Amino acid sequence: MIVAMTTLTGLGLLLGLLLSLAARVFQTPGNALCEEITELLPGVNCGQCGYPGCAAASEALVAGGASPALCPPGGAVLARTLAARLGRTLDAAGGPPLLAEIDESLCIGCAHCGKRCATDAIIGAPKQIHAVFQEACTGCGLCVEVCPTECLQLRPQKPTFESWCWPKPALVGV
Amino acid sequence: MRDYLFILLGAALVNNVVLVRFLGLCPFMGVSNKIDSALGMGMATTFVLTLAVAASWLLEHYLLAPLGIEFLRILAFILVIAALVQFTEMFVRKASPTLHQVLGIYLPLITTNCAVFGMALLNVQQKHDFLSSLLYGCGSALGFTLVMVLFAGIRERLALASVPATFAGAPIAFIAAGLLALAFMGFAGLPAH
Repeated sequence: MIVAMTTLTGLGLLLGLLLSLAARVFQTPGNALCEEITELLPGVNCGQCGYPGCAAASEALVAGGASPALCPPGGAVLARTLAARLGRTLDAAGGPPLLAEIDESLCIGCAHCGKRCATDAIIGAPKQIHAVFQEACTGCGLCVEVCPTECLQLRPQKPTFESWCWPKPALVGV
Repeated sequence: MRDYLFILLGAALVNNVVLVRFLGLCPFMGVSNKIDSALGMGMATTFVLTLAVAASWLLEHYLLAPLGIEFLRILAFILVIAALVQFTEMFVRKASPTLHQVLGIYLPLITTNCAVFGMALLNVQQKHDFLSSLLYGCGSALGFTLVMVLFAGIRERLALASVPATFAGAPIAFIAAGLLALAFMGFAGLPAH
């Protein structure tokens, strides 16, 4: 009994110690900028940028292969932040952020959209009218694909101080 | 020498770990969609199984048996095999990032694979010496790789075939696995060690 207990405890302690030592010795230095960019990205891994997840997208951003405006959920705000952090210029200013909205007159309460939402922004039980919790919505558009009645649409939102930008100068006299 | 060859062949074909012993079925079904990933999984399993069998033999004969605590075998084996795989993963990540990209994602999957653990226990049961244990583990892992690649090849062709709607996907894969297992029964005619 005592022998068994001490042996197993000793074995566990020894292996744990060895593993923690190995973790120190074999530590691979990660890219600090990469981690910082990953923190900035929404982290919902929706894959709309064409990379498998936000970590892969941040690697592509740091390597220079991707545009700072690659992230639809992040919108114009994120594009500007990324461009400033990476010291790159942004090609297009981008419009106001698009967020999901539900047309209550068309919603049949099928509850398909809530299951797809990566940020739990859609409220509503089956056979009840759903609503989008705008503060949580990232505008990734995953819910739009599954809506059978097309009552879920991405609609432009009122600009806030963060998201407002100068309108493009219109041509005069045309 | 002949004995060792028999152990290797017997473990790989006659007592094939997947199709005859029915161990390690989760990767057999889960990672056999593409030949590439099946080969990667097979290679990682070969590596881990050989290491795990060696470690568990040493543990059994130098710690558990002398202290008379063989009843702790299962617990101790799990502990050591898991630690070993974790250590290997860290080492490979540092030493060769390319190899880590190929094998690394499969390594944590294998830690708790019942084939790895089963081989370690079978070695104790059959009272193999160190070299035989090693060959037994390595042979069964090679058999595992063979079956994985064979099955992945079959599934790649099945994906293109027009299968009746009722059988499409997993059902036809299970039927194919059954037929493959029947085919492997043919090896039972080889002299089992």
